[in-house]
Amino acid sequence: MSILINKNTKVITQGITGKTGQFHTEKCIEYANGKACYVAGVNPKKAGESVLDVPIFATVKDAAANTGATASVIYVPPAGAAAAILEAVEADLDLVVCITEGIPVRDMLEVRNKMKAKEAAGGKRTILIGPNCSGIITPEELKIGIMPGHIHRKGRIGVVSRSGTLTYEAAAQLSEVGLGQSTVVNIGGDPVNGLKHLDVMKMFNDDPDTDAVIMIGEIGGPDEANAALWCKDNMKKPIVGFIAGVTAPPGKRMGHAGALISGGADTADAKLAIMEDCGFKVTRNPSEMGKLLSSLL
Amino acid sequence: MKIHEYQGKELLRKFGVPTPRGIPCFSVDEAVKAAETLGGSIWVVKAQIHAGGRGKGGGVKLARSLDEVRKVAAEILGMQLITHQTGPEGQKVRRLLIEDGADIKHEYYVAVLTDRATQKVAVMASSAGGMDIEEVAHATPELILKEFADPLVGLTDKQAENLARGIGLPDGSIAQAVEVLKNLYKCYMDTDASLAEINPLILEGNGNVKALDAKFNFDSNALFRHEDIVAYRDLDEEDADEIAASKFDLAYISLDGDIGCLVNGAGLAMATMDTIKLFGGEPANFLDVGGGATTEKVTEAFKIMLKNPKVKGILVNIFGGIMKCDTIATGVITAAREVKLSVPLVVRMKGTNEDLGKQILKESGLPIISADTMAEAATKIVAAVK
Repeated sequence: MSILINKNTKVITQGITGKTGQFHTEKCIEYANGKACYVAGVNPKKAGESVLDVPIFATVKDAAANTGATASVIYVPPAGAAAAILEAVEADLDLVVCITEGIPVRDMLEVRNKMKAKEAAGGKRTILIGPNCSGIITPEELKIGIMPGHIHRKGRIGVVSRSGTLTYEAAAQLSEVGLGQSTVVNIGGDPVNGLKHLDVMKMFNDDPDTDAVIMIGEIGGPDEANAALWCKDNMKKPIVGFIAGVTAPPGKRMGHAGALISGGADTADAKLAIMEDCGFKVTRNPSEMGKLLSSLL
Repeated sequence: MKIHEYQGKELLRKFGVPTPRGIPCFSVDEAVKAAETLGGSIWVVKAQIHAGGRGKGGGVKLARSLDEVRKVAAEILGMQLITHQTGPEGQKVRRLLIEDGADIKHEYYVAVLTDRATQKVAVMASSAGGMDIEEVAHATPELILKEFADPLVGLTDKQAENLARGIGLPDGSIAQAVEVLKNLYKCYMDTDASLAEINPLILEGNGNVKALDAKFNFDSNALFRHEDIVAYRDLDEEDADEIAASKFDLAYISLDGDIGCLVNGAGLAMATMDTIKLFGGEPANFLDVGGGATTEKVTEAFKIMLKNPKVKGILVNIFGGIMKCDTIATGVITAAREVKLSVPLVVRMKGTNEDLGKQILKESGLPIISADTMAEAATKIVAAVK
């Protein structure tokens, strides 16, 4: 078992005909059960054609109706990415993973509020991961995104993080100490995004095949603290926590739009303290995430 | 991206937020001429730099005659203005704004920004204007009122009125303040700003409200659709190395330490800096080479790091995913040769083609120190620069 995706998930690639979309779809098809999972691509001008043996449809709705796909991954360039997310939401997909980096915040505000309005009106809920993320992987079953598949092993540890390569770091450390992963989720570095740490922690808590979790955060924003406070009262599984950015100077943007410290409560030190208070085993040494988790089992 | 106060006020006026009349100037003569053009008997001479806290630093002065305008403008123009936001070296003043003096009855604070937690647009207002709002937020948080606007609806009349009445504006000024708040909200949304702040928003003796200052930040992801705002960019106000880095799509921020770091991914870059600190060193910079680092990009990254005379050693930490370790290794070697690297270099590579990458480094004949983990890399570079 796993959260959000498994070997039976059927996936649509939005932006499959672009260079990036094609490259990564090929890598994902080569990984584990990818060949059976990647069932459709979308491009209104190339409907009826195919790329990598994957048939192309004009719209997400057509693709879903013809293939039974319930998830999509988006590689569409920033200017059109918000519209691509909305198209997937309007097609009532279960899950949308948006890899695209550089989407204007205002576009994401509109997307998120439209998604919430649809749910409030009784419409189907679509889960969004990202944008600006490396994606999600259930090792040895399915990879949706740009992460290197080979560093992962099938297992029982969940990983959730905001930053791509730091997520790889955690997964690789786990694999090295002989611990596999149930699912690894990179929720992305943008200030306005879909799934938060809290949402993913709830899913790991409910997943019978996840025994423990590594939660990685960054400076800026309230998300890690919110997740920690929920975990304090509800989480039944051990958690290792790390926050990047102890050395980041205030007021500077460190690459991720999300990682900008503004007030005092969202520094790395403040977040580490809250997580520790809430029962996390925190470390200030990111090389030790895997070992530390291993010691908790 | 930030802009100057006078540019921010241009935007505000375009969106129907009143400001004092003013003219931007680049020389003392222009400043005197601007005061003449504006007329009247009292002017404000304001240093235009991107940092806040200009008044306290001596960058904003009143002048009651044209001679005084000349004297004050000469003092401010060209000075190294030091504020709590500039750092100890200050920022050179290259532009001035000459404005009508205002009849200030009360100073308020208003700002618009995106709230990550609610995913709505926060409009904030306070009766405690004219001072450092972070101090107000710390000491008297009850004095800061907030309304959260749904971006699909906009700031409603009711929300704007709640704010205007809440900060104690007199009855006669409420209608105008509601317009000002709604126009400020519209300006924020239409320009893809990430912050629009007026501090102070003043109430004049005649009951009118006016923006006496204007501070804007813009979402760099959205600049592609705002040529007019990109035209406001003032490179003199930005760090030269950060500009050079951005040309190669590198995210670079200089810091105070002596260990340069080159990493792929913002989170891993911060984690690397943290590890250096944990093992007793100080990072000299943040540098994220991003997802697709070419030899050219890596070389450029080395050049930028080495421009910093404080750098005594370099730590490269790459987690190869799509970016293969052998490609990075070749890039590092090429760069080290091209810049004739003379400081210790520790390379930690992990991920795709890791062994091939390590072999390339080893066979290069260069004195590169290899490490398997971040902790080992940090320990080695800290030892090497001591």
